[in-house]
Amino acid sequence: MKCRACGKEANIRLSAYNTALCADDFLIFFERRVTRTIQKYNLIGTTDSPLVAVSGGKDSLSLWYILNHAGFSADGIYVDLGIDEYSHVSFEKAKLMAARLGRKIYRFSLPALLQKGIGDLSKLMKRAPCSLCGVLKRYLMNRACVDCGYTVLATGHNLDDEASALFGNLLYWKEEYLYKKSISLEARGDYLAKKVKPFFLCSEREAAAYAILRQIDYVYEECPYSVGAKTLLYKDLLNKIEITSPATKIRFIKGYLDRVKEEGARVDPGRCTRCGYPSYTETCNVCKLFERFGTGEALRVECHEPANAAFAQATLTEADSVQ
Amino acid sequence: MKVAWEGKVYELDKLLTAGQLLEKFALNPEAHIVVANEKLVTEDCKLSREDTVRIIRVISGG
Repeated sequence: MKCRACGKEANIRLSAYNTALCADDFLIFFERRVTRTIQKYNLIGTTDSPLVAVSGGKDSLSLWYILNHAGFSADGIYVDLGIDEYSHVSFEKAKLMAARLGRKIYRFSLPALLQKGIGDLSKLMKRAPCSLCGVLKRYLMNRACVDCGYTVLATGHNLDDEASALFGNLLYWKEEYLYKKSISLEARGDYLAKKVKPFFLCSEREAAAYAILRQIDYVYEECPYSVGAKTLLYKDLLNKIEITSPATKIRFIKGYLDRVKEEGARVDPGRCTRCGYPSYTETCNVCKLFERFGTGEALRVECHEPANAAFAQATLTEADSVQ
Repeated sequence: MKVAWEGKVYELDKLLTAGQLLEKFALNPEAHIVVANEKLVTEDCKLSREDTVRIIRVISGG
């Protein structure tokens, strides 16, 4: 298979676009797709200061890398859920990227705040770990963004994440979630940061290929709590359709984007009477959680700043410039 | 050829393309990437006996 752009041997086939590209042309294609998505949907402006939600996986680390390459000075936020070795390794990967980019990384540590990990909390509250993880991450990442003065929170949600979520919401007609999954959610007042998904139109396979080609050291292992998750089943089903009908996922998501523009009336959350952050009830779920399990200490975010920030920035400019 | 997949290393004698290798392990090419000798390869790439190959699953729980 030959690269459609230069005729050299191809390194990746992109059946959704009926094409194949070599490593160099794929990197150009992927970075251009992300920056054009950012421009087309007004995700991040030139005066914005973005914070990237970093998990240590391929998507978030690649996004953090690309944003800094594209000229956005983006820092990272990591939420340590206390999942033993998995959390430890994930944070190490996040710190490695922080050093490579010469950027700050903030961390909320659940074990430090509650003296419990997500597994213990899940058992105590009789609630699925993934559901609790979602509640905590949404709250803590928004809070880091607002409290630390960033204007936009960028997450690494990719095409497959969005297509599988949409598929699940349609399958069970969860209309309350149907229009909350757009590419961008605008900020509200001084308590809810703007949220954007620059990888919305990039497949998971493309994001993985990008991470491998850019030698991004990410966590290959799955979160131990994701075993048997419905998301994985939906992704598997969609990928089976994709093989027989290429470009199904991108059409599905682009169709959603067209419809969400028309139907996108959004119910704004109110504010928690205790912390002042978004909540649909009088007291938010996180305040309830901290009231029940907290140590009484104020919520705090740690900030790790690479010691070699200036050096890392210089190295990045010389060795890894955008092609 | 040596094929690393899911923490195990398999020794294969038969010559295969990267696509046939995925088929052999019953893996969807949309959800996996083949790396031969640290180079990303397309499904039609012929793998040789000397190659060191990794199969990488790209799908995560999200």
